[in-house]
Amino acid sequence: MTRLLRAPVAIAAPALLAAVVAIVPLIYLFDASLSRGVDAAVREVIVSRTTILLIRTLLLTLVVTAACAIVGTINAWLVVRSSLPLRPVWLILLAMPLAIPSYLSAFAWVSWIPTMSGFLGASVVLTLASYPYVMLPVAAMLRGADPMLEDVARSLGVSAQSALVRVTLRQVAPAIWAGSLLVALYVVSDFGAVAAMRLETFTWVIYGAYRAGFNPTRAATLALMLVALALLLILLERRFRTRVTQRIGAGTARSSVRRAPFTLVAPALIVALTSIGFGIGVPLVSSISWTRNGTAITDWSAVLETIMSSFWIGFLTGLATLLLALPVGILLARFKGHLANVTEGAVFVTHSLPGIVVALSVVYLGINLVRPLYQQVPLLVFGQVIIFLPLVVGAVRTSIEQSRVALEDVSRSLGVSRMATVFRVTIPLATPGIAAGGALAVLGAMKELPTTLILRPTSVETLATSIWKYSVVSDFGAVGPYAVALMFLAALPTALLSHVAVAKVAR
Amino acid sequence: MKKLKRISSRSALTIATLALPLAMIGACSSNATNTTGDTAEPAPTEAPSAVDVRGETITIYSGRSEALMSALFTQFTIDTGVKVEVRYGDSGELAALLLTEGDKSPADIYFSQDAGALGAVESAGLLSTLPADVTDAVEAKFRSTSGAWVATSGRARVLVYNPELVATPPASLDDLLDPQWKGKIGYAPSNASWQSFVTALRLTRGEDGARAWLTGLAANEPVAYEKNGVVRDAVNSGEISMGLINHYYLYELISKIGADKVVAKNHFFRDGDAGSLVNIAGVGVLASSKKSDAALVLVRYLLSVAGQSYFAGKTFEYPMIPGVIQFVSLPALAELNPPSVDLADLKTLEETQELLEEVGLLTK
Repeated sequence: MTRLLRAPVAIAAPALLAAVVAIVPLIYLFDASLSRGVDAAVREVIVSRTTILLIRTLLLTLVVTAACAIVGTINAWLVVRSSLPLRPVWLILLAMPLAIPSYLSAFAWVSWIPTMSGFLGASVVLTLASYPYVMLPVAAMLRGADPMLEDVARSLGVSAQSALVRVTLRQVAPAIWAGSLLVALYVVSDFGAVAAMRLETFTWVIYGAYRAGFNPTRAATLALMLVALALLLILLERRFRTRVTQRIGAGTARSSVRRAPFTLVAPALIVALTSIGFGIGVPLVSSISWTRNGTAITDWSAVLETIMSSFWIGFLTGLATLLLALPVGILLARFKGHLANVTEGAVFVTHSLPGIVVALSVVYLGINLVRPLYQQVPLLVFGQVIIFLPLVVGAVRTSIEQSRVALEDVSRSLGVSRMATVFRVTIPLATPGIAAGGALAVLGAMKELPTTLILRPTSVETLATSIWKYSVVSDFGAVGPYAVALMFLAALPTALLSHVAVAKVAR
Repeated sequence: MKKLKRISSRSALTIATLALPLAMIGACSSNATNTTGDTAEPAPTEAPSAVDVRGETITIYSGRSEALMSALFTQFTIDTGVKVEVRYGDSGELAALLLTEGDKSPADIYFSQDAGALGAVESAGLLSTLPADVTDAVEAKFRSTSGAWVATSGRARVLVYNPELVATPPASLDDLLDPQWKGKIGYAPSNASWQSFVTALRLTRGEDGARAWLTGLAANEPVAYEKNGVVRDAVNSGEISMGLINHYYLYELISKIGADKVVAKNHFFRDGDAGSLVNIAGVGVLASSKKSDAALVLVRYLLSVAGQSYFAGKTFEYPMIPGVIQFVSLPALAELNPPSVDLADLKTLEETQELLEEVGLLTK
């Protein structure tokens, strides 16, 4: 249920702060892009090559997002609604591709099947890497969905298959849309996977403008085109996103039931097994084989040291992102209106920017405004927060939207103030989303490479930077242990994430 | 703080240590820029006018890898007392970082794998002019015309070939376009040295000339590999007949598996065309550096016999000063007859990538 209430200042103010943090890269991009005048910026844009690349990027985004929506929804349905044994284990395994950076899995794939490079390879790798962004919210929503509607449909003579499509799928549509938006924005921003797959997308020209053109101005103008594309995607999602249906009137929904005909479970099982085998099997087996083929003796104390720094940077990023995301999530879920729309746009739009753009905008800001913090941990965390804010906001928002507004109304009618209600009712009800959001940010920060490389304190190594360091000199024997360590470390937040995502949603 | 250990090539270090007295001469005897005449000379050979920079810490942005550089930097600190903080990264990305940081950069030294990136940082006015004694030590074509950077080692383009498959390698770049080599040429499309070679081709033959050659090459269906080292291995194993790579990859393989197991040979074109390009790794001191004296100690060290022997022994690149022992029988640098391009002009790399994309040699 939507209520057009004005947000209390204690929610609106921190939410606005989050929006300001999120648009730091935009401020830099406009400043850098227009530094040579509007004409030069426009000339940069109107080049046939950029148009072709934009179209190719859109095509890849479309294919990967559609594939993720399908694969993610099927997997979610399998683990929530089928009577498969060991379903929690299945869910954790299905979420595990999140623990693997896309640049690593892309590399594992091309070294296994070199002919796979190109559009096909990039689509496969990006789909395997991002379907959990759809699967997890859909699973949570399926778990919490009121089965009454499906019962009504069935009692009216609709077949099980038909009820699934016509009723249940519609019930979880908001989660599919929300997850798909994150996937789409991520695909637009990705460079690691498309570089390994040698598929030239729009991020190539941005990286090219920095690394080969030595022209940050041009790169900024090109990045602004991605921002425009992201705005389009956000508006598209907003146009199609349906509201979460909430039960009204008396009575409480019973838990969702598991009834799944074999004709549906069998194909779903094939999808799930493929997702797991290709999503985690291929990169894991590659990394282990690199380690075994390596001739050098692994310096385990160095590995342990980088595990610790990855852990700390991940933890700090998770905490900071959560603090900023919480007020935004509450605002978006409970106080819809202009302020919420603007904040949402600001937070999500930067998710389309490649890591190097976010990193250099933080460099520009940091070196000019907060010089003592430059190349220090706080500024690195700041950069990561910008990147992972949308993921956490999404998780928190969905969780709050699913908890019943009526409970907050009761609290208010008993004389509890609005802010006290937020702390005593809204936030406790949204605990699963908060935990899941925090885990997503921790996970993201552990895997993140381009921003970490540029913003980290000199001589601090994370697992991701170590993988980079050895892979540039083709020392895959040395890459192996770090890759395996990263997958296992990232598996922890992933497991937490998938566990809380489907924990019984409070109603 | 990370320990700078992981010393992987003992031999190169030993050489560097043996050459230590010479290094001291290289690092200290040449006329220093500053004349405050401080205390505590690090070595008796040092000129009395040098500033004491022992204990100072300089920040290096290094486009050359940690695997290669860390042992040399450790030795540098032992030999000179100057400490280093090193930020490793991609040469081009570090150049973009320097351009974004502007005159507030914490970096004192920019060490690049490629002349083009140095040229770009130089034209942004971010490098200071090096003292003449430093630049004069290096041949004019391997340093900036304005003295903003110098090469620390040279990397020649070659055609590596398998004599069991190709009795006489093609004599020139244009001979490579002969249909008899269809499907027999390997290359690494994303490799920076390959792209620098194409930039040199653009500079020597013009855009149309370069496009014509690349179109001809594309028609010969060259085989793309991930990296130069993979091209070399494929040539040596006979998987492919020949490949366009840098000269030192072959010697790396020889030192790793022994000369008796290496059948592949290097062919140097030596015809003044882009195929004979000698690109460089080089170094410059940031104009914004407040520790330029200590930074210059590093530049001198890299160009000393110790530093040069290290590169020659570990990477098999060409030294930039005379009197350095080379461990493999390389043709002399003077005999390579590279094209007459200003290496700083290799910075027009983005145009090269666009051309490669256009003729279908960059991506799938």
